[in-house]
Amino acid sequence: MSVALRTLLYKELLRFWKVGFQTVAAPVLTALLYLLVFSHVLDRRVEVYGGVGYTAFLVPGLIMMSLLQNAFANSSSSLIQSKVTGNIVFMLLPPISYREFFAAYVMAAVIRGLAVGTGVWLVTLWFVDLPYAHPLWILFFAVLGGSILASLGVIAGIWADKFDQLAGFQNFIVMPLTFLSGVFYSIHSLPGFWLAVSHMNPFFYMIDGFRYGFFGQSDMSPWISALITIGSFAALSLATLNMLARGYKLRN
Amino acid sequence: MPDPSAALLIEGVCKRFGSLQALDHVSFEVRQGEFFGLLGPNGAGKTTLISLMAGLSRPDAGRIQVMGHDVVADYRNARSKLGVVPQELVFDPFFTVRETLRIQSGYFGLRRNDDWIDEILHHLDLTPKADANMRALSGGMKRRVLVAQALVHRPPVIVLDEPTAGVDVELRQGLWAFVRQLNRQGHTIVLTTHYLEEAESLCGRIAMLKQGRMLALERTADLLSRPVQHTLRIRLSSGAALPADVLPVARATSDGRVAFVLDSADEVAACLAHLHASGVGLDEVELVRPDLEDVFIAMMQESAQ
Repeated sequence: MSVALRTLLYKELLRFWKVGFQTVAAPVLTALLYLLVFSHVLDRRVEVYGGVGYTAFLVPGLIMMSLLQNAFANSSSSLIQSKVTGNIVFMLLPPISYREFFAAYVMAAVIRGLAVGTGVWLVTLWFVDLPYAHPLWILFFAVLGGSILASLGVIAGIWADKFDQLAGFQNFIVMPLTFLSGVFYSIHSLPGFWLAVSHMNPFFYMIDGFRYGFFGQSDMSPWISALITIGSFAALSLATLNMLARGYKLRN
Repeated sequence: MPDPSAALLIEGVCKRFGSLQALDHVSFEVRQGEFFGLLGPNGAGKTTLISLMAGLSRPDAGRIQVMGHDVVADYRNARSKLGVVPQELVFDPFFTVRETLRIQSGYFGLRRNDDWIDEILHHLDLTPKADANMRALSGGMKRRVLVAQALVHRPPVIVLDEPTAGVDVELRQGLWAFVRQLNRQGHTIVLTTHYLEEAESLCGRIAMLKQGRMLALERTADLLSRPVQHTLRIRLSSGAALPADVLPVARATSDGRVAFVLDSADEVAACLAHLHASGVGLDEVELVRPDLEDVFIAMMQESAQ
């Protein structure tokens, strides 16, 4: 890893760590509130998988949702802030390659996502005793899902010219895709049309595969979810690298 | 023939933004060790040219080399040889001054750079602020940090885009002393400024741009010796009045004197003789030597005609 890449990664980590209350603690609290409300209302009424209570079903979904949303938030908000304040010039003047730029932003975003996901997991340990059927699948989907959202965050951060546009991207694309991905329910409980729509949502495969790592059962085969997740990451990272190589909205 | 050893080679560079031709076949070279001025009114294309040198923007045509490295094809080497002080007062509010400089060093591949960072901080009077957050600094201090950031990797070519805009006299003097020292040590300096007296006293050669085109590229001394208008300032003796025939060409100054703008130094004697012949008593006579600002204004006006 080059010094430039390490430095950019360090700078991105330091940036979110310095405001850790906002970037890590706050999303953990939000996830905890979701858990308290939904588990209180639904725990004794819903059993999604055989032998798995609703609270246990919900926790991996909440961990993954928080991880994904925060991975996106990290790369996108860092880039838009740098663009709006103009300090992005400090990263454009040095001899940093577009690949190093991409790698640093994605790694930092994944690390923040993992930090938030770990935080959610730790606080939910008080409420539910989770099985860990396939830990490697858990790690695989956490890292790859975070990378996908980190890439999407780089795209959104570069594309958006103002905070308003980024908020639109977050609220109208990322939020609906994460909420409608089976975080709170199994998609097999949905009517036919919405079931078909859910199958077109790549976020569903990330969360479903992640959940498989805990319970050893899921709506889809983890291999299919893995293939779709790898494909999504490949497509998004190629698109992001292409934007960066062309200097889209960064170098005129 | 372009000089392969030039610090900066600009050859046939064009850049267009929509309908605006920001740069139109601009060519010049800056030799290693030069203190070079890039002047022009707002919108002349100076900052666009600097953006192209720095790789912040890409030329539509032509080529730019920094120390022999093409800024597009060999951008890594070109950027490592160049330090740019941007015009806008930008900073990252998350970090302290020292963190900012360490991070900037790392971007240029330098891991342990604290000795040099300390030296820059010292020269720019930033040592007491080294651990202060960037947000807590005054505008002048932030400007100094911008200069420091451009120097962390000891670039052989330093571009200062309006480095003294909005900063106090003390900082300006300190900054120029430091930049002069860097120039004496062999760094090539390219300066854009609106303070023409700064360019006049610092720059060995000057390029003038207007509307994306080169108007002039000369030694500063040659520019100053161009035949431009001279100003004759006089103070009338108590009770004296100007003859009616000179009133149309005379101009009252704010300090109570009268100024005549003359096309050449030869006209000075004729003007004074005419006033003497008209019986006008004078308490004070001053011939103002044309400075870079006069030359600049004259050239801009000529180009507009």
